[in-house]
Amino acid sequence: MRNVMLITGTRKGIGKYLADYYAQRDFTVIGCSRGGVGQRQSGYEHYCVDVAEEEAVCNMVQDVVARHGHIDVLINNAGVASMNHLLLTPVSTVEKILGTNVVGTFLMVREVAKAMVRQKSGRIVNFATVATPLKLEGEAIYAASKAAVHSLTETMARELAPYRITVNAVGPTPVATDLIRSVPREKINDLIARQAVKRLGEFRDISNVIDFFIRGESDFVTGQVVYLGGIS
Amino acid sequence: MSIHQEVFALVESNLQDLNEELEYESLAQIDSNTVVFGTEGGIDSLSLVRLIVELESQVNERFGKSVALADEAAMSSRRSPFRTVGSLVEFIVTRVSPDHA
Repeated sequence: MRNVMLITGTRKGIGKYLADYYAQRDFTVIGCSRGGVGQRQSGYEHYCVDVAEEEAVCNMVQDVVARHGHIDVLINNAGVASMNHLLLTPVSTVEKILGTNVVGTFLMVREVAKAMVRQKSGRIVNFATVATPLKLEGEAIYAASKAAVHSLTETMARELAPYRITVNAVGPTPVATDLIRSVPREKINDLIARQAVKRLGEFRDISNVIDFFIRGESDFVTGQVVYLGGIS
Repeated sequence: MSIHQEVFALVESNLQDLNEELEYESLAQIDSNTVVFGTEGGIDSLSLVRLIVELESQVNERFGKSVALADEAAMSSRRSPFRTVGSLVEFIVTRVSPDHA
């Protein structure tokens, strides 16, 4: 029986990479994003869903469970950022970031964990960011939203542990994706200078941590947030 | 069988399944007055989560209706619908009835 993995935010960037990576590794990968995606390799199925919309999330998860019978891994990758001084940040931006990053993560976990509780097993991986521990100027709302994800990860891990579900998070450094395209090069260089290992992150750095979190032997690893690049 | 009887049977079989594993004394005999969850005893919160998750899924399968049993109305209700088998059955019946949006 192929393991079923649900990944949010698979249209581009890290999500697209993870969808391809795990589809090649014998997972049935179900992805979602607000918009559609082009042709993808076999073993990948796509839903057009905004993770901040409750009804859409519920319908998608129910449909996946009805068709596949189980969901083994949830990767809460969908995220939005906005680089802006707090005095110049409109409330609509704040709501959008909190909606996708916090409400979206919560909703996906709530619905998928219902299936995992029934299975009495499951692996959930959330996405934090080094912007939180680094207290990056210009990323106040993004960092705050991911601080919420950090906290959710720790508490959810405790609430779901009795059902043999683990919840962990990976906190990437900047990776060359759209999310950092609008950030000035100078800012990125300053940020990299604060890492222990001074280079841009790569996709494989992220999948490496996820591989560890989701392997069968990691059933004693939960509530952990692993920041990359030596940030803590 | 009426919807009421069907829902009762569903709740009863799920409580029996829970009980096979966890041996709650209060669930040895199940009728409408049996306490499910609350200050007067019944199952613990971990079991309540399992019960609700199972019931949501089975109600969906059986009645073709997606119901969230732990929605805002249920959680804020002064008299919890999860109090007794009777209140739980009534609550589910109102959710699956055609008039409920």
